[in-house]
Amino acid sequence: MTSYVLQRAAQAVALLALVSLVGYAIMNLAPGGPLAVYMHNPQVTPERIAILRHQLGFDRPWYARYVVWAGALLRGQWGDSYYTGRPVLAMIGERLPATLALMLSAFGLAIALAIPLGTFAATHKYSWGDTALSLGSFFAWAMPTFWFGLMLQLLFAVRWRLLPVAGMHEIGNASLPDLVRHLVLPALVLGLGSIASWSRYLRSSLLEVLSQDYVRTARAKGLPETRVRQRHMLRNSLIPIVTLIGLDLHALFSGAVITESIFGWPGMGRLFLEALNNRDYPVQMAGLMLSAALLVAGNLMADLAYVALDPRIRYR
Amino acid sequence: MMAARIWRRFRRHRAAVAGAVALALVMGGAVLAPLLTPYSPTALDPDHALEAPTPRHPLGTDDLGRDELARLLYGGRVSLLVGITAMLVGSAIGVTLGSAAGYLGGRVDAAVMRLVDLVLSFPAIFLLLILLNWTAGRAPVALMVGYLGLFGWTGLARIVRAEYLSLREREFVEAARAGGAGVRRVVFRHILPNAMAPILVQAAFAVGGAMLAEAALDFLGFGLPPEIPTWGNLMTQAESYLTSNPVLVIAPGAVVTLSVVAVFFIGDALRDALDVRAQ
Repeated sequence: MTSYVLQRAAQAVALLALVSLVGYAIMNLAPGGPLAVYMHNPQVTPERIAILRHQLGFDRPWYARYVVWAGALLRGQWGDSYYTGRPVLAMIGERLPATLALMLSAFGLAIALAIPLGTFAATHKYSWGDTALSLGSFFAWAMPTFWFGLMLQLLFAVRWRLLPVAGMHEIGNASLPDLVRHLVLPALVLGLGSIASWSRYLRSSLLEVLSQDYVRTARAKGLPETRVRQRHMLRNSLIPIVTLIGLDLHALFSGAVITESIFGWPGMGRLFLEALNNRDYPVQMAGLMLSAALLVAGNLMADLAYVALDPRIRYR
Repeated sequence: MMAARIWRRFRRHRAAVAGAVALALVMGGAVLAPLLTPYSPTALDPDHALEAPTPRHPLGTDDLGRDELARLLYGGRVSLLVGITAMLVGSAIGVTLGSAAGYLGGRVDAAVMRLVDLVLSFPAIFLLLILLNWTAGRAPVALMVGYLGLFGWTGLARIVRAEYLSLREREFVEAARAGGAGVRRVVFRHILPNAMAPILVQAAFAVGGAMLAEAALDFLGFGLPPEIPTWGNLMTQAESYLTSNPVLVIAPGAVVTLSVVAVFFIGDALRDALDVRAQ
């Protein structure tokens, strides 16, 4: 088991290195570049541009800059933003908590809704409720996320005035209830896809467990139905869901880019989009590496949790 | 008689039949756009900007006075075209690599599967956004189709590989080889037709996925150029008028949802009708 974990961890690190190299190359080889904005500005003299180019290292080839960037990263230095001149780490520190709050809420909401919905669908197979849930998940997957968000804004914020349209806080109000009010719609938008897929997956997983011998045994020895469901069925059918959840971790981070744009949420997703528009390479690299790390960590966690939860699986 | 059985099983899925009808209507609207509306999707008419729906303009006009119905119909041409062609590009890559891996096995198989794993462990959306900065953050239609295809072939490659692994051992393949058929002929003329069912199912879902991805990129400002009417661009450009003219946002989004849900229903029913085991 330990050697398996070590091997997987080594793979993960190699993968992150590869993602960073590919990302850095694509970014730096793009035509234009961070200095292009100054080219047509008569206020900025060619000499000034030459100094900037040297300071940012653009007089050297991209792979030389990559080595410098990667070396600094290994020492824990993320560099300074080309655009604001501030340390990237400080900029992330300001934005990451908002994204994490959003992701966690979406995650919590998805778990809280997907488990009862999936259990209901499995125990009421082919009932009208099951059919409605099945149709509903197809619609949830088929709606453009941002359109769903705009429709929620239109109904809940504009028409019925129940919830705020956008933002994270009312001005001068940093209380928790205010944050929660602002979180409801973005969390629902971000979590909708997960609610649909986790509940569908749980349904089929439960139906599979339903016909297992140990469920029949549990019933035969006279256990109450609720106990059979919770202890014997649900627990076992949650194992495959864990894999799905690990894989969805990264989907939530990617989805946050869109959700944050709809709701003016001051998180990492919008920071990344701003960095793209400003050709702010150090901040772009930070966003890319964070998402790659989440993807790799999610995959790893899914595999390890699978091993930990299911005693039938053992790695040497 | 095979087709009749498939059709009979497909028809049982009422949602899929309704989806097929809805999709036919949406596609018909896009193809026959010039017959259905006298307006151009790009002609500006600033004197009649942001008009509410009237018999003259059934869905009103946008902020530049362009007829929304015309933009919706013509926009469908672009959005559907991107969805279908991106699926074709992705399928071409996925089928080629998947059949090579499944049929040839050995080192080719290992290399292709490693490539699939690698592509899947790349944060696709972030890389795609960075890639889009090569063309100043907007991609022309052909490039967008290429990008979406390039990121959307892995699932199909895995499925095709699995099909080939089991099909290549079958007697009819043996017979074809004994009859002197070359590798290309065996792979594409003998095995591929037998692996069509899961490919078709996957293709249906891929069309929907590509349409959603394109619309999402439009919304982020990294999609097709804003002057091209697409369903994603329509919604994005109308976002500021959500309160005053909600129909400008509601209509294109409803049409996207309807089209994508239709292809998903069709894919789901095909899976059942063609006897493809669930993934």
